Amino acid sequence: MVETTPTPIDEEVPEAEAGPSVLTRLFGISALGPFIALILVGAFFTLKSDRFLTGTNLSLVMQQTIEVGTLAIGQTLIILTAGIDLSCGAVMALGSIVMTKLAVESGVNPILAIVLGIAACVAFGLLNGGLVTFVKLPAFIVTLGTLNIAFALTHIYSGEATISGLPGAMTWLGDTFQIGGTAVTYGTVVMLGMYAVTWFVLTQAPVGRHVYALGNNPEAVRLAGVHVRRLLIGVYGTAGLIYGIAALLLVARTQVGDPAAGQTDNLDSITAVVLGGTSLFGGRGSVIGTLIGALIVSCIRNGLTLLGVDSIYQVLITGILVIVAVAVDQLTRRRSR
Amino acid sequence: MSTTTTTVPVLEARDLVKRYGHVTAMDGCDFELRDREILAVIGDNGAGKSTLIKALSGAIIPDEGTILLDGEEVNFHGPLDAQRQGIETVYQDLAVAPALTIAENLFLGREVRRGGVAGKWFRMLAKRQMQREARAHMDELKIGIRSMRQAVETLSGGQRQGVAVARSAAFARHVVIMDEPTAALGVKESRMVLDLILRIRDRGLPVILISHNMPHVFEVSDRIHIQRLGRRAALVETKSISMPDAVAIMTGAKSGEIAA
Repeated sequence: MVETTPTPIDEEVPEAEAGPSVLTRLFGISALGPFIALILVGAFFTLKSDRFLTGTNLSLVMQQTIEVGTLAIGQTLIILTAGIDLSCGAVMALGSIVMTKLAVESGVNPILAIVLGIAACVAFGLLNGGLVTFVKLPAFIVTLGTLNIAFALTHIYSGEATISGLPGAMTWLGDTFQIGGTAVTYGTVVMLGMYAVTWFVLTQAPVGRHVYALGNNPEAVRLAGVHVRRLLIGVYGTAGLIYGIAALLLVARTQVGDPAAGQTDNLDSITAVVLGGTSLFGGRGSVIGTLIGALIVSCIRNGLTLLGVDSIYQVLITGILVIVAVAVDQLTRRRSR
Repeated sequence: MSTTTTTVPVLEARDLVKRYGHVTAMDGCDFELRDREILAVIGDNGAGKSTLIKALSGAIIPDEGTILLDGEEVNFHGPLDAQRQGIETVYQDLAVAPALTIAENLFLGREVRRGGVAGKWFRMLAKRQMQREARAHMDELKIGIRSMRQAVETLSGGQRQGVAVARSAAFARHVVIMDEPTAALGVKESRMVLDLILRIRDRGLPVILISHNMPHVFEVSDRIHIQRLGRRAALVETKSISMPDAVAIMTGAKSGEIAA
């Protein structure tokens, strides 16, 4: 190991110069806290309810995580660049209506309809990215605008009607297969696969390092010769693609095209990202943390439901958790300076 | 230094002009950097110092005049062009990404990928190799930091600037330009960066040092380019001029000469 070679030290070296520990290397420094929190939440509900830690229930938790969990991947990418996306849930709803309505009412080939639905989401991602990159508007304002645009388009195009009777090509991701007697949906596998791919790109490929650096110090990235505008547009476009896949997963799970879907998913995805330890200021965090954050929210909701607690308390607790998570994050960072 | 006058300057500029509307930032400015020297560029605010440096590092395109690298005319259309020609710039505002590691910062934008399928198809980073090379660069400049996997934000200001300097030195083939590298640093940390500048020159690279700090300029530079009113007011060997005289030329209290 190169790092252990003793070298002359010109001045006092700050602490933490040793290589990261195995645990932090496994989860990334920022995802270790959320992981412990997830274990604690799981342990609490396991003690309180016999039904929590069962294969069937955990499979249900995964299914309930699918849309927000998938949207949160795109949200993580955008937040890492110091942006934010309020439009993700509305864009997903639009994508789901485009693909279902085209297939069911316009008789478009289901595969083509899926592609067009996803394309609509990518177009919105590129619109967000274009406005942030070229017009230099704050992401918050841009996506607040596109949130309303996508929401309105969804309702205009659908005529407020839920679309049912979907072709099999759109719903098979909602089908299940058995793992040790537990039914798992293909959609769950797709979501976990997307997390794996995103983790790989963010941590193992040059473009991933550029995304982090962009959130850290955009000027440094520009001076390093990275094409910053292309990178930023690419991030928003990729997020759009991810929302499009989330739209397909949503349709597959619910078996309908619902114009009212995903209305709180934008804030829920931000909650997942923040609970997962990613900094809202950009440049720090991990997509594995986001998965854990999304699971924490789902576990709390599921567990409280099992305990018969009114669902409004789930919202209350989620709200408190977000503030605690950000506060803990800020305090630990301030101390480490 | 008189023996080197016959050799071609590494970087040369002739009659550079740059206008911003009615303001003429550079008005027929000349510039000359020789091999293996530290050339300090000094001048009052508004003397066109940073315009000159931006032109040399490709950040702006001059309206008139020519820039020659090793005697051949070059036209930079952006900082990347200058970088490709082996001119690296260290900026005063510590242009590093704090949350990334030292190795990642050193190779930012110039990442090394693995060989074979992993690098070509999956674009995987050669992390070990970059850490090893980062270690070699940092050791060469005697910047003592134990782990290359340490985030830059855990370093002191001087060490951070050390990373930025090492990065430039690692990739510069022709010239290292340093824009106020000690402006944000304390006494001890400035000392460290000045030592780095000397080491880079001793390794064989010429350095352009832009600084407001006269003691620093007189301590490390071989020659001084004094910029005034958009042109070169004087080019002198550091040991042949006193600090008050340099300041006098800078402020126009005294006229300078262009020494060969």
